[in-house]
Amino acid sequence: MRNAFADEVTQMAQADPRVVLLSGEIGNRLFDKLRAQSPNQFLNCGVAEQNMMGVAAGMGLSGLRPIVYTITPFTTVRCLEQIKVDVAYHESPVIIVGTGSGLSYASLGPTHHSLEDFAIFRAIPNLQVLAPWDAPSLRACLRMALASGRPTYIRIGKKGEADLCKDQTVPAIGGGLTLHKGRQLCILAVGTVAHEANAAAGLISARGINAEVVITHTVKPSPTALYDDLIEKFEYFVTIEEHARIGGFGEDFQSYLAMQRLTRRVTCLGTRDAFMPVVGSQAFARTYFGIDAAAIVQAAQSILKD
Amino acid sequence: MSAAKPLSIQALETLAREIRFRTIRNSHLTGTPHLGSCLSCTDLLVWLYWNVLRLDPKNPQWPERDRFILSKGHAAPVLFQVLAERGFYPRADLENYGQDGSIFGEHPPTPDHLAGIEAATGSLGHGLPMGLGMALAARIQGQAYQVYAVLSDGECNEGSVWEAALMASAQKVQNLTLFVDYNKWQATGRSNEVLGLAPLAEKWKAFGWATAEIDGHSFEAMADALGGLSRDPRPKAIVFNTVKGKGIPLMEDDNNWHYRIPTADEVVQCANVLQIPHEQIALDGRTPIVHG
Repeated sequence: MRNAFADEVTQMAQADPRVVLLSGEIGNRLFDKLRAQSPNQFLNCGVAEQNMMGVAAGMGLSGLRPIVYTITPFTTVRCLEQIKVDVAYHESPVIIVGTGSGLSYASLGPTHHSLEDFAIFRAIPNLQVLAPWDAPSLRACLRMALASGRPTYIRIGKKGEADLCKDQTVPAIGGGLTLHKGRQLCILAVGTVAHEANAAAGLISARGINAEVVITHTVKPSPTALYDDLIEKFEYFVTIEEHARIGGFGEDFQSYLAMQRLTRRVTCLGTRDAFMPVVGSQAFARTYFGIDAAAIVQAAQSILKD
Repeated sequence: MSAAKPLSIQALETLAREIRFRTIRNSHLTGTPHLGSCLSCTDLLVWLYWNVLRLDPKNPQWPERDRFILSKGHAAPVLFQVLAERGFYPRADLENYGQDGSIFGEHPPTPDHLAGIEAATGSLGHGLPMGLGMALAARIQGQAYQVYAVLSDGECNEGSVWEAALMASAQKVQNLTLFVDYNKWQATGRSNEVLGLAPLAEKWKAFGWATAEIDGHSFEAMADALGGLSRDPRPKAIVFNTVKGKGIPLMEDDNNWHYRIPTADEVVQCANVLQIPHEQIALDGRTPIVHG
């Protein structure tokens, strides 16, 4: 996703002179093409994220379309007040991109994990929150964010994510993509952990369960039209996100059901209320927190048995 | 479309007296604090709005306008008076100041909500980075406007101020000028004791900024300092040595006026000091708004 990000931003900058990439001292060589092609549209802001976010907001209020890029914790909670006040309150059209989100940097420890960003940003007005799952969906999210002219946070992974879209079109903001059709229950995934849901589909099918797998990139605005469609079709749900269960996507889905006074059986998979004190690969970390394909299979079996 | 005809020092002084009085009167009527902080930068704001900033009050979004950010947003009560006097909105608009639903309170709202405002400040340390973004945007888009920001000395406690100082220096941002209202006080103590701010001008200089330090209540010194730095290719910082509560003997250098609200009698005393005709005091027997 990182390489797709650099390529897409380079194209966007070429097509639109308002696009400026602000990087927080990251991406060694990643943006060489952009810097060579449009030196005025790239700024390394150093290791100073509060300033970087304020600079981006000021640029957005002055006719530019800044894209802020660094590792997720540093482009989110490190400069949270600048996001709330300078970007969101002013409705400055800044695109905030966090790379290496969730547990992508599991081996770097909790300083580099981001499992609270959905929860925090859901509560900030004016902010769109998107979590694509592969290169094509990331490219689409960037373009939709730019076209919307709205402050937008895009949470991306690291590298090497396989394409899940295949020949399907990436849905608009608020939409979902069906990876596998099914009848008995719906697995609803957001962000890069959609790959675990995709992997779970085959395992579930082998156990004689007919599950639909739907993925979305939209955390905010709450994708209620998608929820409505799925609620009409399914009684059982497993939601999955690489984020804390507290305040996350699953909680949004459950609160929507509650507010609609609807009753469905829902299991929300997300990280428990704990830091991960040990290191490991992203796959290990997903297993550690019970948000891998095996955990989805188990949740699907359990919820149908209840 | 600009400060085409600079006002004389005498005219600036008259305006500053009137703005000071209206700010004090408003504080009494609406229970709005931070008078000391407002009075220390009143001269600076009057000078900027009448003799420096290129603005069109009838077209507040004029793309070529200079950008001004009151980064010490708690001095908004004086900025609101300045903007009204400068013609961004009628002074009558300020009549609902502080009432439920009013746009006029303790801090500037966003530009969408009030003509003449460039940034909603109030949380310290935000204005300089935003101003830096606006200054860089001018360079990227080939525009000629200048960006000015006023910071308080207490605000220089914030790390984000120094992050912006470093970046402005690295980027050689020529069209950014900041003024520090160095009144030597912050909310609860002497600014040099709370966080070791001195020597302040030397700090800006060390960060790579073209720097001057002046008597922050001398209009002549302000013009000289800005003129002297105008051709310097670096970002510019002018440290204004000011007096908190300036212009009112009973408030000067008394940090109680960071929060204190003047009584009706004190408003009359201030009017006398500022040579304001008594018919303009106009407290009208109104009951002041009292905040909890």
